[in-house]
Amino acid sequence: MNFPGIGLLKGFVVTARNFLGSYVEKDRLTTRQYPEERPKLPENSRSFPFLVFDGEDPEAGMRCVACKICEKECPPQCIYIIQDRDAAGKPLKRPRIFDIDISVCMSCQICVEVCPFESIRMDTDYELSSFDRFGSLVLDKSKLLKSNAYYHGIHPTEASETDARIEADRKKKEAAAAAKAEAARKATAEKAAKAAHPPEETK
Amino acid sequence: MELLERAPVELKNAFLRVLGSLGVPEGMLAILSAVLIIGTVIGVFLGLFALMSVMERKILARVQNRYGPNRAGPFGLFQPVADGIKMLTKEDLVPRAADKVVHFLAPVVMMVPALLVLAILPYGRDMVPVELESGILFFFAVGAGTEVAIFMAGWASNNKYSVLGAMRAIAQMISYEIPLVISAVTAAMIAGSLSPSVIVAAQGGFAAGFLPHWFVTTPWGFTAALLFYIGALAESNRSPFDLPEGESELVAGHLTEYSGFKYATFFMAEYIGMFAICGMFVTLFLGGWQAPLPFLTVVPSWIWFFGKVCFVAFTMVWVRATLPRLRVDHLLAFAWKFLLPMSFAAFLSAACWHYAGRGPAAWFLSLVVVGIPYLVLGLSFTSRFSVSRRTYLFSE
Amino acid sequence: MNVTLDGETVVKLQPVFGYLHRNHEKIAEGNSWLAAVPYTDRLDYICPLTNNWAYTLAVETLAGLEVPERAEYIRIITAELTRLQNHVAFMGFILADMGAWGSALMYAFREREKILDLFEALTGARMMCNYMRFGGCRCDLPSGWLESAGQLVEGFPAFLDEMEALLTGNEILLARLQGVAPLTPERAINGGLSGPILRAAGVDYDIRKVDNYGLYSRFKFRVPRGRVGDCYDRFMIRVLEARESVEILKQALVGIPDGPVVNPKAKQRGFRPPAGEAYGRIEGPKGELGFYLISDGSDRPYRFRVRPPSLINLTLLEELCLGTKIADVMVILGSIDIVLGEVDR
Repeated sequence: MNFPGIGLLKGFVVTARNFLGSYVEKDRLTTRQYPEERPKLPENSRSFPFLVFDGEDPEAGMRCVACKICEKECPPQCIYIIQDRDAAGKPLKRPRIFDIDISVCMSCQICVEVCPFESIRMDTDYELSSFDRFGSLVLDKSKLLKSNAYYHGIHPTEASETDARIEADRKKKEAAAAAKAEAARKATAEKAAKAAHPPEETK
Repeated sequence: MELLERAPVELKNAFLRVLGSLGVPEGMLAILSAVLIIGTVIGVFLGLFALMSVMERKILARVQNRYGPNRAGPFGLFQPVADGIKMLTKEDLVPRAADKVVHFLAPVVMMVPALLVLAILPYGRDMVPVELESGILFFFAVGAGTEVAIFMAGWASNNKYSVLGAMRAIAQMISYEIPLVISAVTAAMIAGSLSPSVIVAAQGGFAAGFLPHWFVTTPWGFTAALLFYIGALAESNRSPFDLPEGESELVAGHLTEYSGFKYATFFMAEYIGMFAICGMFVTLFLGGWQAPLPFLTVVPSWIWFFGKVCFVAFTMVWVRATLPRLRVDHLLAFAWKFLLPMSFAAFLSAACWHYAGRGPAAWFLSLVVVGIPYLVLGLSFTSRFSVSRRTYLFSE
Repeated sequence: MNVTLDGETVVKLQPVFGYLHRNHEKIAEGNSWLAAVPYTDRLDYICPLTNNWAYTLAVETLAGLEVPERAEYIRIITAELTRLQNHVAFMGFILADMGAWGSALMYAFREREKILDLFEALTGARMMCNYMRFGGCRCDLPSGWLESAGQLVEGFPAFLDEMEALLTGNEILLARLQGVAPLTPERAINGGLSGPILRAAGVDYDIRKVDNYGLYSRFKFRVPRGRVGDCYDRFMIRVLEARESVEILKQALVGIPDGPVVNPKAKQRGFRPPAGEAYGRIEGPKGELGFYLISDGSDRPYRFRVRPPSLINLTLLEELCLGTKIADVMVILGSIDIVLGEVDR
């Protein structure tokens, strides 16, 4: 049996401790004063997708090849891609238009996971509000393209892993190409040798 | 210090003397004096209201581990100004189905008693705007007018939430007025007067050189103070008795259809009424303007009064931050089955204390007289629900 | 919800829902199997990770996929953290429904924020985690995550003690909760209820024990049950369950093995499970959360059906509320602990 009123008193003690504690303990005053004090985002943090390019020139270094897998996989269908064509009308391996409507995008990161060319990645920028309801929330290619260095700045671990993977891929490809070239060279050399020195049996 | 103690009165007198020497007639001066007093009191309480509206939010925020308003001005102190501008510039909406006259009058009717009761509080030594023989009676008689205003607001809004809120308000205020008045009568009985100044004077002096003679230091006084405090919370519609406004079930109760300046007036009247009842609480039980320790008597008496009022107001915010709201049937049961008998017990205990000679023996006697009813009533009240009786099964 | 009152007493009550209907099931049927995962986050937006788990579990049953051990441990850790933050938020919400001016809610959210910080560090988002994948989880734990989770779990009982000191003995709270809307075990079973409400009514039914899905059979934990089934029992069951979750977390954080976090055989993009049907269910914080899937062997679900605990627990609302006071309606609704995103889908 409890003394009547003791439960209320316990509650008052808790609130008083929180009242006083909020002046001395950091743990009891967790609010961040936002514009002055910015949170340090964890590395995995994500907001909206962007496109990575290598080197200095966004257009030349663009990793995207307009394969449209992300467009197809995107759950809310916020990606819009049109492949570029050269003067003769032959499709080129790069997008002419690449738009992401971030008012539709739900930051699910599926485009990042499905991209086979390590080209689309998640940004961490969260200050995207604007007075323009439609225009500034549809990001086009020029706004989406960001350098690999920027990518390294926001997701260092993930970016290094990606670079290592690309490097390994490139090496493998080079090795394959070299092996192919070697094989081709050998083949031609053999042929040439055959032509130069016909087998002796034929004599 | 002596100068500071007299400062408000002397300032007024000096001002009137200057006017007198300028040839203002005697009768005019008397009216001016009254206007000055009224203006000062209302001004001080409006200032307190402004301060309270920001401090309440800051205290609540701190209890809840937040910062509270801190953007408008230093430490957010200009928040009331911003709020005021916002309230004044808002559209004043009146529902088409509302009774427009009553709807308009309700905030006014609410404001009048809140300001009137300020007249009889003793703010300092010899600082009572109106020295009434039956000041306490006046206080409660006029203060009851707020109930009418709340019902007017609820009824005139012609809205189901408003009417429900107003009904609750009436039931609640009438029920809590009785223990409130009886516990106030206890103090009046011991002081032998209904005049607030006499009651304060009766609490002067110190026992054993340091214990103030405030009524709250006696068992009956403590009980009566607690009952009065609970009643005051209910009378000023503050949590945990904010049922008329219960935002989770009644939107905003009787205030649902009010906006703009009418809403602000309600808000202001509620806060001023709250300060007034805190002032009455301080007068009755916390020794009014008396200093708590002998060497502190050098601090001017009116600072003590307002300091104590602010402290009581702080505890009200603390209560608000801690307790959930009562349900309407519990609320009434609590008033009639617990507070009312307890206030009679406090009454009886005060009588015992008085006739047993007001000494240490009387102290214990009165403790027993309030303690036994408290345990009996409290246990019978809480026995219906108990923590320890609940057990839980666990399956692996 | 339409309530008919006699004075303050409820004589009729009709829940009106559908205002948050977002066509979740049909959208999932039009998208690929993978694209349904982020949508499940948005069912019960307080606990996204358990929703992810229920869906992936259903797909894994359908496709017969194995989940690596480390991934199972991560799933249990995240699910129990989700349960903790859901129950903590529940305590805050029900107090806010009672008009307690937010203190309890703020304390609850203070702790919930810490758990959300953990979620953000792991999955990249605080609430819309989109973390679990067919046959595992999307990414491994970042370095230092287990330590910070361990710290949080260490400190959590102290916070629960603080909440209990503030709430469980409080006479006003007892008066508001005890004896309000009691539920018999028979009625609870007949109503199809699940989760803490069912257990508060005294039925020993926890899918973690019944199905032993995941690796729950390896963990030692108890399932609390009430005797009365009123709002107070529903409240206390959550407090007790939160304490049990802390125990599970302590075991899981110590026992987590090394290894891959996703089954390498599982193909996420262009995933085509064999034709057939499967039902995957877990003990979500609010009750039995199930996904019923039919595959016709194509790259998108033929039928996608959610069994939302919030909706089915809500069906007894009128019965519980009749004859109570209007202020109780809020408390009863709060004690059922619904999230409208899940009710309406």
